[in-house]
Amino acid sequence: MTDAAHALRPDNYLNVDYRPRSWLLTTDHKRIGILYLLSLTFFFFVGGAFAVLMRLELLTPQGDLVQPETYNKLFTMHGIVMVFFFLVPSIPAVFGNFLLPLMIGARDVAFPRLNLASWYIFMLGGLFTLGSVITGGVDTGWTFYTPLSSLSGTQVTTAATGIFIMGFSSILTGINFIVTTHKMRAPGLTWMRLPLFVWSLYATAIILVLGTPALTMALTLVGLERIFGIGIFNPAMGGDPLLFQHLFWFYSHPAVYVMILPGMGVESELITCFARRRPFGYSFIAGASLAIAVLGFLVWGHHMFVSGQSAYAGMIFSLLSFLVAIPSGVKVFAWAGTLFRGAISYETPMLYAFGFIGLFTIGGLTGLFLASMAVDVHVHDTYFVVAHFHYIMVGGMVMAYLGAMHFWWPKMTGRLYPEGWARLSALIVFIGFNLTFFPQFVLGYLGMPRRYHAYPAEFQVLHVLSSAGASILGVGYLLPLVYFLWSLKYGKRAGANPWNAAGLEWQTPSPPPPHNFTETPVVTEEPYGYPVEQRG
Amino acid sequence: MSDTRAGVAFPFDDPLQQREAATLGMWIFLAAELIFFGGAFVCYAAAGYVHGADFARASNRTTLPLGATNTAVLLTSSWTMALAVHSAHAGRRRTLLGFLLLTAALGALFLALKGTEYVEDFHQGLLPGRDFRGSGVERLFFSFYFVMTGIHALHLVIGIALLLALAAIAWRGRRPLPMMNVFENCGLYWHFVDIVWIFLFPLLYLRGRHV
Amino acid sequence: MKATTIYWRVYVALLALAAATTAVAFVNLGVLSAPLTLLIAAAKTLLVILYFMHVRFSSAITRLFAGVAFAFLAILIALTMSDVLTRGWLPPSTPPVPKSARSP
Repeated sequence: MTDAAHALRPDNYLNVDYRPRSWLLTTDHKRIGILYLLSLTFFFFVGGAFAVLMRLELLTPQGDLVQPETYNKLFTMHGIVMVFFFLVPSIPAVFGNFLLPLMIGARDVAFPRLNLASWYIFMLGGLFTLGSVITGGVDTGWTFYTPLSSLSGTQVTTAATGIFIMGFSSILTGINFIVTTHKMRAPGLTWMRLPLFVWSLYATAIILVLGTPALTMALTLVGLERIFGIGIFNPAMGGDPLLFQHLFWFYSHPAVYVMILPGMGVESELITCFARRRPFGYSFIAGASLAIAVLGFLVWGHHMFVSGQSAYAGMIFSLLSFLVAIPSGVKVFAWAGTLFRGAISYETPMLYAFGFIGLFTIGGLTGLFLASMAVDVHVHDTYFVVAHFHYIMVGGMVMAYLGAMHFWWPKMTGRLYPEGWARLSALIVFIGFNLTFFPQFVLGYLGMPRRYHAYPAEFQVLHVLSSAGASILGVGYLLPLVYFLWSLKYGKRAGANPWNAAGLEWQTPSPPPPHNFTETPVVTEEPYGYPVEQRG
Repeated sequence: MSDTRAGVAFPFDDPLQQREAATLGMWIFLAAELIFFGGAFVCYAAAGYVHGADFARASNRTTLPLGATNTAVLLTSSWTMALAVHSAHAGRRRTLLGFLLLTAALGALFLALKGTEYVEDFHQGLLPGRDFRGSGVERLFFSFYFVMTGIHALHLVIGIALLLALAAIAWRGRRPLPMMNVFENCGLYWHFVDIVWIFLFPLLYLRGRHV
Repeated sequence: MKATTIYWRVYVALLALAAATTAVAFVNLGVLSAPLTLLIAAAKTLLVILYFMHVRFSSAITRLFAGVAFAFLAILIALTMSDVLTRGWLPPSTPPVPKSARSP
């Protein structure tokens, strides 16, 4: 069919209705995924802008670009925006929303209107948070530790309100995904036939519904402390500041698994497709996702080893933290096993998948150093920790996000992106990332504290390397923005299955019609039926 | 673009699937609520462990008769709520309406009693602000008291609003009652709020009575 | 047994337990008072959950989620209290004496 004919026939979820109200009042999970894509792209670059300013300041040992208080606000807002308004929603809100019903053969999620409400609630939270930036910013760090957060003259209450509101978005999305997975699977689609991406979304959803409320209460209590002067976290009134940390990290540690599990799910999809192999140890990968979700709730005290927490509790948390590394290791081993004897091709999604495996592994292993109390005492609050979590969240999760973008872009938009530019960008991202963050491991080991804007002169070389890397990384992130937009108008039209991938989502046209399937599919085979026969 | 099948909401295929999905969704929401309240309870447990004697003394300044009456009121409202849901399942519209309104009235009675209790607390100088009459740790106790009962009361207000909305739905009566899931799910929410109070009452009002 | 009969009996039991916990509060039971209070509250909760919230007659998934919710709450309380309860167990560390201050 000619391009003109395609354009004229309203046959997919994008062109069925062009009116703005059809987008703003949509209950189509695919459109909601696109709405999140737009919002999250915006927040990603806002958070990135804060990082740019930080890395510029850190080019020189003196604090000469911004005031110290301003620097505090920069790293705080960078953390808040990146964690709560990019990473936590990222893959679930964009790709989870878009793909979950498609992957399980459903027409939509269980509660489509609740899904739209989630997006609006997310935007409302974002509005409050941006409001806190505009009205002066917050200087407590994204961790909001008391007593500083109770006493700080900055816009803590506004920012906390924004995150409080955003939390409801997480919880509602989590409820939707869990119920959808339980109740909306196509006939024949048993649990052990689900794509591993669905398993990862399910595990993520469990964390979202059980972890987020602790953050909600923590922020509520800080807000009440600021407004009414109640003393739950105030030692002068008999309170205990560590109670805030316990509530905060009860959420925020599992939250980091929210910020990697979906990436691991994407990884499983990419590796199986581009190695043309069934996953090695499917049930192990699925079980590991659940294990990570559960064990992840048992380890939060490893953020508090030097906080004044009991050393005995610290020992328990340290031991449990070693345990939680095991399922992640199982997954890396399984991906490696999938690659072995595979027919590997190096399209852009696979480049990001390779980046993910290596960088996530480095980040994960350095987590073990931090899990040992004796080591953590020395590197806590240094750049070693900063490097550790950026290797996982940026080297892991953001790479997975970009891999997912490239892999499912044809399905979402019906267009192919330019492969040459995309591979170049992936390479730039990889080089930029490592140049930015590897020096930070060394800096931290040598004693450079985090959240400092000024430092001894002997650290400058490493900081300059890091900032140079950040500029390269920035280019690597901007290029996809350009060529993805370009592809919307000039990209080649994509068929239903440009990658010859297995999975129900590839059985629909690109882009899919509004209700996904004209007839409910019936699943009779195991998943990942690779190699998939060649299609046009 | 609606695409309903067999009188069920999109995207469900049959009424049982929709019912199970709605109930499961509500249970997951309640799990989240449990962790939310649990956060406050754990802070209270920690503070109570450290300040055992002072908290006991402070607890004796709560108004036990009002607290105990409220406990009876809320337990009764849970009973009437269960009867309301039962009426919905049995398709008895009038009884359903009656029990919904009765439950809402009991909830409102709880709030009224709570309100008078707060006013009395205010006159006793128990509001944890600058005018608090008592030691620093007693003030901490009353911080917990007002925060926890306050958040509970907020949930009760929402519950009453839900009940009134349900009463309107039951009154208008467009669809067969046994097919509707909202009554069961609202019941789950109401019982949860009751469970929170089941723990709040002894932990806040009773810890020092033997002294 | 009719459902309404069950509800009535549960209601009476709940009132009785509420009266019991109030009465028992006036008796000095020492270390037993806290566990007993929680036990009675847990019993009331169980009655509400099993009968008023129909968990006794619900699907396995519903029961699983109800159980999981309490399990995770238990984790939050247990591990937090493991910190609070054991904080005094180690004596405070004395800071290391700097080399220059030590006797030669």
